Amino acid sequence: MEALINIVLLTLLAVITVGIMFQRNLFAVVVLAGIYSFLMASVLIVLDAVDVAMTEASVGAGVSTVVLLGTLHLVRTIEYPSKRSALIPMLVAVATGAALVWGTIGLSPFGTADNAIHKHVAPKYLADSVKETLVPNVVTSTLADYRGYDTLGETTVIFTAGIGVLLLLKGRRRRGHIADEDSKVGRTA
Amino acid sequence: MFAAAVLSILVALVLVVFRALKGPTLFDRVLAGNSIGTLAILLLAAVGFLTGRPEWLDIGITYGLLNLISTLAILKFFRHGDLAHDGEEKTP
Repeated sequence: MEALINIVLLTLLAVITVGIMFQRNLFAVVVLAGIYSFLMASVLIVLDAVDVAMTEASVGAGVSTVVLLGTLHLVRTIEYPSKRSALIPMLVAVATGAALVWGTIGLSPFGTADNAIHKHVAPKYLADSVKETLVPNVVTSTLADYRGYDTLGETTVIFTAGIGVLLLLKGRRRRGHIADEDSKVGRTA
Repeated sequence: MFAAAVLSILVALVLVVFRALKGPTLFDRVLAGNSIGTLAILLLAAVGFLTGRPEWLDIGITYGLLNLISTLAILKFFRHGDLAHDGEEKTP
């Protein structure tokens, strides 16, 4: 049953991706990207990663739809066909995909309990985390205590990215009036 | 029982994705996107019961909110051409 759900959802993901590639109306591409995110969240749910699915749905379907629409406000909604040949990007993409598939050959079977990753430190965390950290949730204690420096680094990266975006937006607002007038003239109804 | 529900949801997903790709107008696509969000919630609930974890139902509520936000954003952008619009109609 689970395999069947995965097959259907992954096939739909591939179909949506091909549809996005051939779609020239960028408004429709935004809608299709939202659909892609919801399907991907469903795949992650079937794979038992409910928290990742939640992130995918909120970031992919919620926030990036809004951000992409904000981008569409600045550009036109029809994509012009590229003059250059798509052969080299296609070759690069196929080669990268083939390398990734080749990389999965050496992995241990999917979902088995005696994989190396489940033998390393996970049993110790499960057994001792409540005693050592007094946090009832093992995921929280792992992220915020055992891997605290790791999480600190991630937060620093996100903070830096946020500051960068704020600086870019601030520079734009300073000469914002001219840009507003331009977009009003240039936008098609 | 739940397996049958999951199967029918999958069939509905295939039909709606077809409409989203083919859709002659944009509104077909927006409606298809909204339906896929709803079907994702249903799939979440059905798979949750199928695998014996009905706690996933709470996540469905969040999905519903997200679905509403993205659909509203798309429709507001289509109506006003701007997400920061205050929503009042200008009388010519």
